This record gives sequence, C-alpha cells and structure tokens, in this order.
Amino acid sequence: MGNKNRILITGNEACGEGAIQAGCRFYAGYPITPQNELTAYMSRRMDEVGGVFIQAESELAAISMVFGASVAGKKAMTSSSSPGISLKQEGISYLAGCELPAVIVNIMRGGPGLGNIAPGQSDYFQATKGGGHGDYHSVVLAPASCQEMLEFTRIAFDIADKYRNTVIILGDGVLGQMMEPVEVTGSRYQAAAREKPWALTGCKGRKPNIIKSLLLKEGELEEFNRKLQKKFSLIAKNETRFEKYKTEDADIVLIAYGTSSRISRACVNQLRKDRVKAGFFRPISLWPFPYRDLKSLDKGKTKFLVVEMSAGQMIEDVRLAVQDDKRVHFYGRTGGGIPSEEEIIEKVAGIK
Amino acid sequence: MEKVVFKRPNSMREVSTHYCAGCGHGIIHRLICEIIDEFGIREKIIAVAPVGCAVIAYDYWNFDVTEAAHGRTPAVATGIKRVLPENIVFTYQGDGDLAAIGTAEIIHAANRGENITVIFVNNGVYGMTGGQMAPTTVIGQRTATTKKGRQIKRDGFPIKISEMIALLEGAKFVERTSIHTPKEILKTKKAIKKAFEIQIKNEGFSMVEILAMCPTYWGLEPVEACKRIEEEVVKAYPLGVLKR
Repeated sequence: MGNKNRILITGNEACGEGAIQAGCRFYAGYPITPQNELTAYMSRRMDEVGGVFIQAESELAAISMVFGASVAGKKAMTSSSSPGISLKQEGISYLAGCELPAVIVNIMRGGPGLGNIAPGQSDYFQATKGGGHGDYHSVVLAPASCQEMLEFTRIAFDIADKYRNTVIILGDGVLGQMMEPVEVTGSRYQAAAREKPWALTGCKGRKPNIIKSLLLKEGELEEFNRKLQKKFSLIAKNETRFEKYKTEDADIVLIAYGTSSRISRACVNQLRKDRVKAGFFRPISLWPFPYRDLKSLDKGKTKFLVVEMSAGQMIEDVRLAVQDDKRVHFYGRTGGGIPSEEEIIEKVAGIK
Repeated sequence: MEKVVFKRPNSMREVSTHYCAGCGHGIIHRLICEIIDEFGIREKIIAVAPVGCAVIAYDYWNFDVTEAAHGRTPAVATGIKRVLPENIVFTYQGDGDLAAIGTAEIIHAANRGENITVIFVNNGVYGMTGGQMAPTTVIGQRTATTKKGRQIKRDGFPIKISEMIALLEGAKFVERTSIHTPKEILKTKKAIKKAFEIQIKNEGFSMVEILAMCPTYWGLEPVEACKRIEEEVVKAYPLGVLKR
C-alpha cells in the first residue's frame, strides 16, 4: 500500500518544505551548487505562503538580510554550500553576538577553495567549533535522508527560537540532490510560536529595544560571554541527539553522520553476516556532540572506526569521547570522494 | 504668553554625546529626530546603526535601533522592512560603511528599490579607527594612511557614490547636502524630510548624502572645518538633488 502523503522530492526541496512548515517566512540566498534546488523551491513557496524571498547580491548580504528579519522577530533562513558558508561566517558571528535565532543550511561540497561540486563533509570543524570570530556555537543537526532534511529543519527553527541561537543544518551534495519518498503532509507537527519581546517592531507602548553586540564597558563583554556559555551548557544538556544500531554486543563500532552514516550502517549488516560483531553510532547533533552516549558504548576493549568524507574532522570529537587514541581508527575520502561499503569492510578487516 | 521656540525632540534621549567638539554627527542625529517628531512616527521607527563613530547612536535616539555588521547596514534594513512594511526603516551610515566595505549592499538595496531611507554621512575619513583614508577622501587630503596627501596613482579617486546610485532605476530620491552653515543645515533638514516622506508614501529608495565635519581628523578647529567644506569639499562633492 502506498502512502498518499509521500511524494518523491530532493533533499534540498524537503529542507525548504520543512522550513515552510516550521513557520519560516523569510528566505534570502545566493546561487551555488549543490543547493540550488532549495533556493528555487523557496522562491516558489514563499510566493504561495505570502512570505519573503530575496535573491541577494552576495552571501554576506543574504545572511545580513536574515539578521534583519530575525531582528524584526520573524523566522528566517538562508542556505548555501561550503564556499558560500565561509562568507556567511561574518553574519553568523553577529547573530551569535546579538543572540538572534536563525537557521543556516550548508549542503557541503568538496574543498578547500572553490573545490568541486561533489559531496563533501569537510566543513565539520567550521560548523561545530564556531566558524566565525568569538566564543560561540551554532547547534548543528546532521540529517541522513530526505525525510530527515524535512524533519530536522522543522526542529531547527524550534531550537533556534527557544534558545535565541543559530542552528545549522549540515547536509552534503548527496543529501541535497538525491530524491526519496518523503512524508510531507499529514504529520501532527505543530510549529512552535514564541513571544519575542526583544524584537524590534517599533517602540509603541514600550521602551525602545536595542539589538547590539558591541559591549564596551569594562567587564560587560565578559559578563555577556559567561551568559552565552551558560546557555551553551543548557543546550548541551537538552539538545544532544544520536542514533545507535546493534551496539549492545559490538566489538567494533562504526561512527559516521550524514551520507557516510548510511553507508556505514549498511556495512554493519554485511559485517554481521560475516560474523563480525559490528555496531553503528551516529551523532545527529554534531554540536552538541554526544560524548557521553558514545563513551557509554565503550566496554574497555571496544574498537571504533570513524568514517568521514573528509581527511578526519569528527574523529577529534570521537577521540575526546573515547579517551584512548589507540582504539579509534579512521577511514575517509576527500575532494568529493564517497567511501564504498567494500572499502570500509576492508578497513575493518585490517583493524587488529 | 511664553512660547517654546526650541526644545529637545522626543526622539532624542536626554544625554550628552561622545562626539568630538565640532563633529557633524550630533547635528544630523538631531535633524533626523526633529523630522521623526514632525511626522509623529517615533513608535514606528526601526533604525540600523553602522560600524563607525555613530555605532552607539542608540544611546542618543529614543526609538528601536539595531547594529549591523560593517557595511551590511542596507541588507539588514532590507530584511527588517520586507517583514515589517508598515514600520519606517532607516540606515545611518558613514563613508567607510557605505562607500567602501558596503558598496555592494547599498547599490543593490537601491537597485531593488527597497522602501528604506539612507542617511549617508560623508566626512572623508574613518573616524573611529583613527582618521585613515576613506573612499571619499579628497585628492591631496592628509590622513593617517595618506601622510603626504591622497595621491591618485597610489590611492585612486574619491568616489561619488551618490551619483552612481542616482543612475539606478530603483533609486527614487537622492540628494547631497551639507551642514557647514545654518542655511545648509536647514536645507539638509528639508532633504531628510523629503526622504522620509518618500518612504511613508511607499515610493521606494531614498538617500541623503550629508557632507559633515570631522575637525579631529582633519586637524582643524571646528570653525575652520566648516570653512573647509565651503572651500574644498563641495568642489569635489557638488550639493544638490541628484535624483527626484
């Protein structure tokens, strides 16, 4: 029986639809592959729902337009791919400094520089460790299917508003451009609507509101940073997400996110057939990283294999979690390369 | 009967400013506030402050204000105005903010015909960072980064960005004024009024470029700074309506 609510769409479009369902009514973007389907989708859907779509003159302008819409209290989003996300770091830092909610989608491609337009996962450091200047974090959610592109984008808006924080959807070229059946309607999802007394709406009936990140008085900025760090601790406590599979008796745990997690999960099934006790752990929130949940799988002799489409970035967080580098192994492909099941299984076989 | 002939506008807070003696910002802040009071739109105003000397304008203005990243001021204003079209949104920008790092943002906001008002303060130097050359610094002018005076071969020409913007179909109103004499101040007030009126009537993008004094980084007494505008600056930046 087919589900009438499921339609075949790209991950990029699913992401856009998730934003619309979450109540996003402002989108500004700039063309870059492999995320163009998302911009095109928003240009069409914003017209239909009476929202605002702007094709900006640059990534710098796009993120600043999102800043403006967020200042005004509206749910706002921008999207891009790796080189464009580098440009947006200025705006993301200012959003963090002003504690403004916003959702930023990065459909990663191969880097550094202009790189190529093939899928990549080499922006992990940039996304999870801050990215722009200053001590801050964006919440980073990593979907692994078109359905999750939709659902995580909805969640992203709720988290952004709840904590007045930026949230990054970290996908890659495969997730953005592949098509899968997605349940778009019929869910019980209700977008959260939050009061925003801090927003600039004109000072009618209240004192003027000011949004700023310049704090010049002695001690003022340190005090603000203390407050920010407190918020980040709260987010780490409440918003850590992960998925695990066949880890109970696992001698070796494959760890991956996004596209490489789908391949790694498939490897576990094959390895089990080959009588290897393999399990799978997938961080869903890359920041906050599920350190404790990962460590809880460690039985002392457990081995870990991190699989990434990068030269090894998430592996640093896995090492921090496991605290025993000798048992943390790595397999990665760079420059748009995608690890195959055969390559990963061969790597597992080589681990003593 | 006594009649009030001069008072602090409601749109201004009752504080003194941090600006140097003879600086143009205080006059321009006040003119904007007088116009806002005259239109009765204080409670509808959302202003975008620049990076530069005027970044803390929110300490002096009595309405909603946000900061913006350096030069992105018109992009932030675009985001605000598009989602709150009933509010009155203006940017307050210096020459570094508007004519150097934010060139793309101002050109494209004007070209899209965004229904915002831009107050562009041109004093020909970067004040907050110590008086470096601005894109608008005139030929021969000494600054912290042009010790021998601005040279065309090394530093290029002063940029007439208002003339550039006036060429754009999206720009509805562009005027250049000055504040170096009481007469010019009154003309500036009229221009600011016109610019806000255009936004109130939903007619599109309006901008007033105002030539202003920076005695500190011009190395002049306040009165001499006013004279310099008359004798030197207006020759490089002719006053008048550029687009209507």
